[in-house]
Amino acid sequence: MNKVSKDNFQQDKYKYGFVTDIESDKIPKGLNEDVIRLISKKKEEPQWMLDWRLKAYERLQHMEPPKWVKAKFDDIDFQDIYYYASPKDFKDKPKSLDEVDPKLLETYEKLGIPLKEQKVLAGVAVDAVFDSVSVATTFKDKLDEIGVIFCPISEAIRKHPDLVKKYLGTVIPVTDHYYATLNSAVFSDGSFVYIPKGVKCPMELSTYFRINASETGQFERTLIVADEGSYVSYLEGCTAPMRDENQLHAANVELVALDNAEIKYSTVQNWYPGDENGVGGIYNFVTKRGLCKGVNSKISWTQVETGSAITWKYPSCILRGDNSTGEFYSVAITNNYQQADTGTKMIHLGKNTKSRIISKGISAGKSSNTYRGLVSFNKRAKNAKNYTQCDSLLVGGKCSAHTIPLTENGSNDSSIEHEATTSKISDEQLFYVMQRGLDAEAAQGLIVNGFCKEVLQKLPMEFAVEAQKLVNISLEGSVG
Amino acid sequence: MLEIKKLNVSVEDKHILKDLSLNIGKGEIHAIMGPNGSGKSTIAHTLAGNPNYLVQSGQIEFHNKNLLELDPSDRSLLGLFLAFQYPIELPGVTNATYLKQIVNVHRKKEGLDPIDAGEFLKLLREKSKRLDIPMDMHSRFVNTGFSGGEKKKNEVLQMDLLNPSLVIMDETDSGLDVDALKSTSEAVNQLRSSDRSFIIITHYLRLLEYIEPDFVHVFQDGAIVESGDKSLASRIDQEGYAG
Ligand SMILES: Nc1ncnc2c1ncn2[C@@H]1O[C@H](COP(=O)(O)OP(=O)(O)OP(=O)(O)O)[C@@H](O)[C@H]1O
Ligand SMILES: [Mg+2]
Repeated sequence: MNKVSKDNFQQDKYKYGFVTDIESDKIPKGLNEDVIRLISKKKEEPQWMLDWRLKAYERLQHMEPPKWVKAKFDDIDFQDIYYYASPKDFKDKPKSLDEVDPKLLETYEKLGIPLKEQKVLAGVAVDAVFDSVSVATTFKDKLDEIGVIFCPISEAIRKHPDLVKKYLGTVIPVTDHYYATLNSAVFSDGSFVYIPKGVKCPMELSTYFRINASETGQFERTLIVADEGSYVSYLEGCTAPMRDENQLHAANVELVALDNAEIKYSTVQNWYPGDENGVGGIYNFVTKRGLCKGVNSKISWTQVETGSAITWKYPSCILRGDNSTGEFYSVAITNNYQQADTGTKMIHLGKNTKSRIISKGISAGKSSNTYRGLVSFNKRAKNAKNYTQCDSLLVGGKCSAHTIPLTENGSNDSSIEHEATTSKISDEQLFYVMQRGLDAEAAQGLIVNGFCKEVLQKLPMEFAVEAQKLVNISLEGSVG
Repeated sequence: MLEIKKLNVSVEDKHILKDLSLNIGKGEIHAIMGPNGSGKSTIAHTLAGNPNYLVQSGQIEFHNKNLLELDPSDRSLLGLFLAFQYPIELPGVTNATYLKQIVNVHRKKEGLDPIDAGEFLKLLREKSKRLDIPMDMHSRFVNTGFSGGEKKKNEVLQMDLLNPSLVIMDETDSGLDVDALKSTSEAVNQLRSSDRSFIIITHYLRLLEYIEPDFVHVFQDGAIVESGDKSLASRIDQEGYAG
């Protein structure tokens, strides 16, 4: 049984902090070969997948969690985590929504993600991942018709092994770094997307990640492949209950764009950030990387990071195809004791490759917000261009903002343009706006939204308004 | 409608307003003149509730309410408008968005729904035209990079959009060209009504020739040293404060 009522403190601020009272089926705590075999068995995986996992696990034995991140936290005891949890009796994914446990449907309804087709957001297909399993995917038939594959990765491994084998681990090598390797060994669910040649995916695809079970890590694995000349816009959202423990979310997301293809990947990350004293919250250690494999391909990352106790992620682009483009638009907000260390890497390999980085960091309370980025031009990257803009906004005097932009320039006819600003919301600005009738929070919201509007506008329209509200909610209690 | 009694205000431990008393009746226009540093902006900011201005003693009643208990935003919603001597820049915040939001917060107070986008645009066009404000100024960030005169016009526009019952203009005329001075005065004169009052802080007679004040007060060292009708303004214009 997984009833944790004490977890429900101060629900008013973080409205997604509730726990769904559903029995969960967990495999024993700890990280070892048996656990990996068990996960693979639960997922009814073919042998090659299990071998892949075990190889990753073997490598993990010789690796250490990295220490260079700016965030401070106690060492994680990797043996004290449940690596797999699913709603009980959830053997087969329900064939239709009518078979889905009403408690789960209710959960997503409460999160603002209705899964019943008559209620869903028009134009958005949703894959709902609850702890370690995908519980529902909407609009599947409609996507099938045009050849778009949008399904849980566990299903893709069984049904589309050739595609998965061809691309899994090609962008984030199994041995990349500790958390990426850990993910490769124990990953549970996430989404798989394949857009066939020449298809412009007519609807937004989105995955909604929910951590429910306690002491459980979530190891999401997502793979998106856009074949030649195709286009897809994908969005992920995340929430978790309020608990006074720290939970680990270590995801691997790989994107592959072939010739003339474009992938737009948006994240609205609202994992539980911990309480105002810094107790609890999610450790969000995520590896996201896109490969612009083909010529003229384009990958753009847009992220709004408001949640998590610690966020540690650098959605990156490897610009291998000539004339390919990478973009990174980010708003990262930290309040209370949150720590965010986020940014991007733009690796220019091909000729005429372009990248654009717009990062907006907002820190309030006693939080710490770091932009860390790398722009690298390979010798071959003739005429490559990067534009980087990092703006920090401080709310109150106890928070901090840091900008760590690194460059490696092996190409002599390329250009990097970098701009950085740090500003504070001044008392004069607040007073001016309040003199016109807005209360303190609305006045601050106006200024903050002005600060990050450039990035919020990059989100799919259906989510931009929500994201704007989220930005304001995240800063509640920080005025004055 | 506004009653200031024995007001003492300090800024950064400096005692600035000294036992200031002033009554403003419904529909009246009061001009305040006085040398630099005499405390004119201080009374303006104190009335608007700027937290940097500390009220040490005294009372202020506005529409029969204790003004000193209210937040700046509540004062605004109660009808008090301050046109700033130095309008503040809000980088990133588009002027049109901002104007619409302040209009809506006042509409909400009146129990009205947010203004429809088309209707707002119409209103904005009409009011901007009167002040000779080009529409493309509204797609720029609030006051950011505006010229001195443009900032002042934007203040007058906000006054015009919010229909306040008490307008405090802190040297709105400084920095305006002759045409803008005229259109600003026209906006004020159009708003002039039996239940709307004005406090006009200025150094120059010119504005007061367009907007005829009912009373003129001379500030010196944080207190009113002389009050009279508009002829007092002409005398100051000729003789200065020392004379
Ligand atoms: N933040 C502050 N710190 C210290 N002194 C201040 C501060 N603000 C205002 N003062 C002082 O208070 C006094 C009154 O200032 P105030 O701005 O009210 O003058 P004013 O009459 O509006 O002058 P002007 O005609 O130049 O606008 C001045 O001596 C000024 O230096
Ligand atoms: Mg002044």
